[in-house]
Amino acid sequence: MSATTTAPKSGSTALPAFRPSMKVPLSLGILALIALVFFGFLGPDQTAEMKISDAGDAVAVPALMIPGQVGGIVLGILLLAMAAYSIYLWTQGERSPKWLPIAFAVVFVFALLVWIVAGARQPSISLAGLVAGSVTLAVPLVFGSLSGVLCERVGVVNIAIEGQLLGGAFTAALVATMTGSPYIGLIAAAAAGAAVSMVLAVFSIKYLVNQIIVGVVLNVLVSGLTGFLYGTLMVPNKEQFNTPGRLDILPIPLLSDIPIIGPILFEQSIAGYLMYIAVAVVWFGLFKTRWGLRVRAVGEHPQAADTLGINVNATRFWNVTLGGAIAGIGGAVFTLVTIDSFTKDISGGRGFIALAALIFGRWNPIGAFLASLLFGFAYNLQSILGIIGTPVPSQFMAMLPYLVTIFAVAGLVGKSRPPAASGIPYVKG
Amino acid sequence: MTTKDESGKDQTPEESTSEVRAADVALDTAGGTLEPSIVPVSSQSGDPGHQQGGLMRRIVMGNGFVSILAVVVALFLGGLLIASTDAQVAKTAGYLFARPTDFLSALWTAMTESYVALFQGAVFNPREGFKPVLETMTVATPLICAGLGVALAFRAGLFNIGAQGQIIISATLAAYVGFAWHLPFGLHLLVVIVMGVLGGALWGAIVGILKARTGAHEVIVTIMLNYVALFLLDFLLNTAAFRRPGDNSPISPRLDESATYPVLIPGSRLHVGFLVAIALTYGVWWLLNRSTIGFEFRAVGANPVAARTAGVKVSRATILVMAMAGALAAFGGIAQVAGTEKVLTGGVAAQIGFDAITVALLGRSTPWGTFFAGLLFGAFRAGAVQMQIQTGTPIDIVLVVQSLIVLFIAAPPLIRSIFRLEPKKKNKNKTPKAARKAALANATGGAK
Repeated sequence: MSATTTAPKSGSTALPAFRPSMKVPLSLGILALIALVFFGFLGPDQTAEMKISDAGDAVAVPALMIPGQVGGIVLGILLLAMAAYSIYLWTQGERSPKWLPIAFAVVFVFALLVWIVAGARQPSISLAGLVAGSVTLAVPLVFGSLSGVLCERVGVVNIAIEGQLLGGAFTAALVATMTGSPYIGLIAAAAAGAAVSMVLAVFSIKYLVNQIIVGVVLNVLVSGLTGFLYGTLMVPNKEQFNTPGRLDILPIPLLSDIPIIGPILFEQSIAGYLMYIAVAVVWFGLFKTRWGLRVRAVGEHPQAADTLGINVNATRFWNVTLGGAIAGIGGAVFTLVTIDSFTKDISGGRGFIALAALIFGRWNPIGAFLASLLFGFAYNLQSILGIIGTPVPSQFMAMLPYLVTIFAVAGLVGKSRPPAASGIPYVKG
Repeated sequence: MTTKDESGKDQTPEESTSEVRAADVALDTAGGTLEPSIVPVSSQSGDPGHQQGGLMRRIVMGNGFVSILAVVVALFLGGLLIASTDAQVAKTAGYLFARPTDFLSALWTAMTESYVALFQGAVFNPREGFKPVLETMTVATPLICAGLGVALAFRAGLFNIGAQGQIIISATLAAYVGFAWHLPFGLHLLVVIVMGVLGGALWGAIVGILKARTGAHEVIVTIMLNYVALFLLDFLLNTAAFRRPGDNSPISPRLDESATYPVLIPGSRLHVGFLVAIALTYGVWWLLNRSTIGFEFRAVGANPVAARTAGVKVSRATILVMAMAGALAAFGGIAQVAGTEKVLTGGVAAQIGFDAITVALLGRSTPWGTFFAGLLFGAFRAGAVQMQIQTGTPIDIVLVVQSLIVLFIAAPPLIRSIFRLEPKKKNKNKTPKAARKAALANATGGAK
């Protein structure tokens, strides 16, 4: 997100140059008021219990007890203070720092959690379980959004993340069953994701077909293909084709006993560890290496990159392929980690959530990772809500990631922008 | 300004050449002041000759012959897929070299058997005569309506992935009015239609407003709104207001008789909604080709910067076209609840909203093209049910064939190279590379 002032297409909509957009301060203010009124003044009066460590853990930490209404008011005032700071900065003609919306989001989500739990029939949840479950659900989203980051950074819009995830999930199940090794399944999933991506790359780069069209159609194609093969191969011969087994969980001794972060960071399957490595590597690669500079140059100003001797279309092709491979691994998580068989359309729209995460994360690997975690959290909360019995219908919880994304593209990330050449095929001059 | 003709109907090669050149000039001069939104799609007009114009030209003007070949190739590949999982084919492949004829005949049987069943379910079979055609038309009705919505937005340069959500919202509203209110005959159906259209138009307009006011990418917003609509429907079907009294399953009461489209031909499900779809097709054709608003839409789609310079209110056009697209999709939702199904369920929109995208693409975003593409895909859908019953071939094969068709149509060079068709007139673009060179020559020639 560095130099935004080079290309002629940059700059934000019709706003005078000396004053930053007031979208961020304004939306923070509105959200803070909502939190204060609904979570605070109209908040439930039960006390929410948040257990930090489970009964069997080595280190016992006392549970967090937060009274619903008082907690809501305190957190609401904290949110208002952050919004006020942002508005103050705006009046001074400065942009809000990057950490502010993130910190705001964390506090807001916590206030929401307190409100929900305190209003539930059974006002107690395990924070550790909540966080661990969120990470588990976020793993495919992280892989998917990393794929999107790699593609969009190089100038190719990847709507086909859903197809890459689904292709990876199917291939992982099929190959793992046939070879008897989930690890080979994982590699095959990467290959399948890359194959889907190659179709996207060939059509959008060689045949100059609109990338969004190819993406949309590829999702349908993969859904049809896997659905067909599932119906003809896997349903009649489940033993032979659809019993992949799971990737082993590989806990790291001692470290995995740390409360909350232990299970998240150090008690994962190989796919879980790969996720952290992938985020770090993609971030480092994109922003700290020569390769990353080239990739971003191709995505921002392909003509300039070409002038300097970078092969634009080859860079795009291989980046998109790499992105597909990463998304394929994410897809394998569905069939090798979450559950141990493939079902039709198992990815269930997660590819689009990953797309949302990458936009919410501003085309940055770390941002995409955090956004994925947030969405994974929303997914997890949705299922937990059903168990503890809250007044909020679970459907509204399910809507949340999507609404947040709409809000983000319209408001919070309004001033950020995708790579300048994203979506535009390059014709060598 | 030749941008006016940009997204028009078929043009002769000479016209399109000069048009490319002029469009390039327009784009080039716009280079400094290009649409500053964050939107990649509209910023696609930033690259001469292959962007907005390139997409629209490809959608609108790809020639009919290529379309037919694309359908044939897609069906053939689908057939190969069916054959590849067929037991008889696998068995005969085992002694392929001993008796190749066995293998070939097994292959042929496997490939054709499913398609014959599909044809019998969609068009004609000895038992029922041409009665399946009526079912095809019934299934095609919502596809055509929603496809028109997607096509209209395409013509204004907007990707409306949100037909699914627009259908869901309109179906929900229409159905509610249909079973909860009890109005006199005639008026009731009218109110159902009005409410449904309002719902769809509103759902579409949200996208247009966000795009026009904040620059939010319509693809993202429509995808997200699809899910919001889906969960909203799921929530509503779990409330007492939408359930049948005394029933806990998420299904609404039947719509009143007075709230439904009359059946056209007794003994079939074909309803008046099909006639509405024909009328809408004509309406969209008239709108695009004969009205000022339609002209503005096309101008915005061809080149938003030039359109703005020429005095078109781009943001107004964006909002209006999305509202209209939503309203068109709404007729698909209304056809579902007031015509075909007569109840509201969680699956009321099925895959219609997504199929509508492929329908619009296959129809190259022209109203009548969309109409016939809708009929074709309706036939696939109707026939696939029969095919699954008769031959056990999963219905998903239809998705494969549909998406292959669109892929091949979107990339004419591919299908041309498969059949070694070399276009004689058009810029002698035998290969993509030559086409690029030609476009580039035009670009530089036109700009300097």
